[in-house]
Amino acid sequence: MHLGLSIRNLQKSYAVGKPVLRGISLELGANEVVAIIGPSGTGKSTLIRCINRLVQPSSGEIWFQGQELVGLGRKPLREMRRQIGMVFQEYNLVERLTVMENVLSGRLGYMSAWSAWLRRYRQEDIDLAFTLLDQVGLTGFEHQRADSLSGGQRQRVGIARAVMQHPKLLLADEPTSSLDPKTSVEVMQILVDMGKRLQIPIVINMHDVVLAQRFASRIIGMSEGAVVYDGAPSGLTQQILQSIYGGEEWLH
Amino acid sequence: MAPLAFERKPLVWLGWAIGLAYLLFAAAQLDITWARFILGLDNGAKFLGRMFPPAILQPDSMARGLLESLEISILASFLGVVLALPIGIFGARNLMPSWVTLPIRGLVAVCRSFHPVIVAIIFVKAVGFGAMAGILTLTVASIGFIGKLFTEAIEEISPKQVEAVRATGAPFVSLLTYGVFPQVMSRFVGFASYQVDSNLRNSTMVGIVGAGGIGGTLFSAFQRYDYDFVCAIVLAIVAMIMVGETGARWVRKILGVDARGSDD
Amino acid sequence: MTEPATLSTEPGGLPASRPWTRFTPIERAGRWLLLVILVAAVVLSIRHVEVIPEFLWDAPAQMQDLLTRMWPIDWAFYLDGVHQPLLETMHIASLGTAMSILLAVPLGILSAGNIVRSKPLNLVARLLLVASRSVNSLIWALLFVGVFGPGALAGTVAIAFRSIGFVGKLIGEALEECDTKPVEALQATGASPMTVLLKAYWPQLSPTFWSVALFRWDINVRESAVLGLVGAGGIGMALDSTMNLFQWDRVSLILASIFLIVLLAEVLVTAVRKRII
Repeated sequence: MHLGLSIRNLQKSYAVGKPVLRGISLELGANEVVAIIGPSGTGKSTLIRCINRLVQPSSGEIWFQGQELVGLGRKPLREMRRQIGMVFQEYNLVERLTVMENVLSGRLGYMSAWSAWLRRYRQEDIDLAFTLLDQVGLTGFEHQRADSLSGGQRQRVGIARAVMQHPKLLLADEPTSSLDPKTSVEVMQILVDMGKRLQIPIVINMHDVVLAQRFASRIIGMSEGAVVYDGAPSGLTQQILQSIYGGEEWLH
Repeated sequence: MAPLAFERKPLVWLGWAIGLAYLLFAAAQLDITWARFILGLDNGAKFLGRMFPPAILQPDSMARGLLESLEISILASFLGVVLALPIGIFGARNLMPSWVTLPIRGLVAVCRSFHPVIVAIIFVKAVGFGAMAGILTLTVASIGFIGKLFTEAIEEISPKQVEAVRATGAPFVSLLTYGVFPQVMSRFVGFASYQVDSNLRNSTMVGIVGAGGIGGTLFSAFQRYDYDFVCAIVLAIVAMIMVGETGARWVRKILGVDARGSDD
Repeated sequence: MTEPATLSTEPGGLPASRPWTRFTPIERAGRWLLLVILVAAVVLSIRHVEVIPEFLWDAPAQMQDLLTRMWPIDWAFYLDGVHQPLLETMHIASLGTAMSILLAVPLGILSAGNIVRSKPLNLVARLLLVASRSVNSLIWALLFVGVFGPGALAGTVAIAFRSIGFVGKLIGEALEECDTKPVEALQATGASPMTVLLKAYWPQLSPTFWSVALFRWDINVRESAVLGLVGAGGIGMALDSTMNLFQWDRVSLILASIFLIVLLAEVLVTAVRKRII
């Protein structure tokens, strides 16, 4: 049994006759950094959200850790979700809570509602949270409210939160699209380092091809809901990029 | 024709014209003329003369009335806030299915439909004169007010924060505590403190129809033409409400809510 | 579940223990104190307030009795006894709101610390606004019935006086939150204070102003309907007389009518709000 991520013939239509994902099939092993590139509206975000079922696929199978995800019931789904960490384009932090509470909220899948409400975290979790904050470069920020941080800082909190879950897989939906170029590189570096430390696969959506080539070990190009390229970053020729994105001017 | 720097908005002028015309019409209908107003002011001066200096003619009755109003507002606020929290949640269409939200929203709408005085009259008929009617009246008013605004606040939350919490595999209640409540709690405290303040004000007046509190004392003083006592009672009411507002401000500060949670 | 050694930075694997609390000790003490006070207030009130349990148990029967008397609704009474007073109620609400705005705007300006920079003036204005809000419209109505005699004039002035505090406070707060940059710009051109008010403050204030005015008018329709209970005109007087005569089927007609005009007012306000804000 393949204990990585295996997607088989995944399809998704939001409206009848207008498929967003047309039968995607992929296999991911441990320790890969996979970047999914493609123009907006091509289904990248839908694909990533199908993996942790924030979006319900129309048909197909997703296998992870030996379990099929698309048909999972509510409780097993939650148990599966806590093993998948997600980083969002707009950080999706709880703005009014502090950095520490946001990071600790990564443990919510493992805690009862009662302890969550009383904020009764285990000391080991608190220690880990502090360690993660150090690792993402936010030492001393634990008491600051999330809405007082810059975009790059927020994304680091988002990464720390995802890692708090002790995930076996990291998903990132356009994690750097709202950040400036320098911060984007820093955040990508942190993300990739985390994956390496945890020895887990990372799947990242992005539209910045250069950034993708720099950090990913494998690139998947999508166009109109289907995979048109799956291979090494070095294999991305002009021709292939054109077939993915269309148009010539942006290539120069 | 030369181009205009500002576009002409005939509709706006028309709106103003209609509005003013209506107001003049209404004034005529109500027989509000300047002469009547002046006559009234003369009367008013006499009236004011009889009100000053304010005199506490029946201190026991007044103290009892004020205390009862306070108690009515405390209990009605407590019941109202405690009930409005779940009711508000059950009315939110982004959290609950429609077979739950529709009846709940209907209930809240009914609670808000009638002026507290009317509700008080009905409760006086149902449970008799006294504080019970007042408490029930203001509880209903609280549920109507807080419930509606709380539901609206919940429906306005950013789904992104909820999405992130859901992605960690958290159970539903944790979704509420981390995804929903942090976004709406300060507004809830604002609504609740506004309603407590409103209950304090209304508790002074439901007594006029027999639902307990200082309103009854006020009304009987008025009917006995003891206008100086009336003045004393009104001043006491104003003082009590001002103290209440200050208390509310402290509570909001202790709970760490933004200072402007309420608007009155 | 122990954390994997790969995540720590300390040699030996386990990071040092660092404490974290959600609230500072002072915050926690404050919250506890608040809880204690609230519980004490509720408990004391329950014990002291006069409630006669027999009346509570009797309540369902009483409600049943009332409802049977109120049904069927005496629709025929509408033209004779309800229509005119209903219109009067609307007029009271509208005129009262308009009057209150006239008085509330200057008071609101006086209370705004960024426009009128005299602390005592701000304080006096705020005090007047608070006093206006602290007296219930029904009590204002009672007082003005004493001044003007029973009738719609008393009701209108009562509504006006009650609304001044509401409108004035919200306008004052909105003025204090206005962006100072356009104000600065206009002052730099040498414009008079009046011009600055009109061209720098008013455009920013305008949406809030209309929103507040509409909101208060909506509330005032509700308030005006009951002022007649103390003789200040409108449908409340019909309500008072029919209740005194125990004509409950007419009472239900009046309640239904009040419900309808309040509903109409809300619909109107929502429609106007969409167009101008």
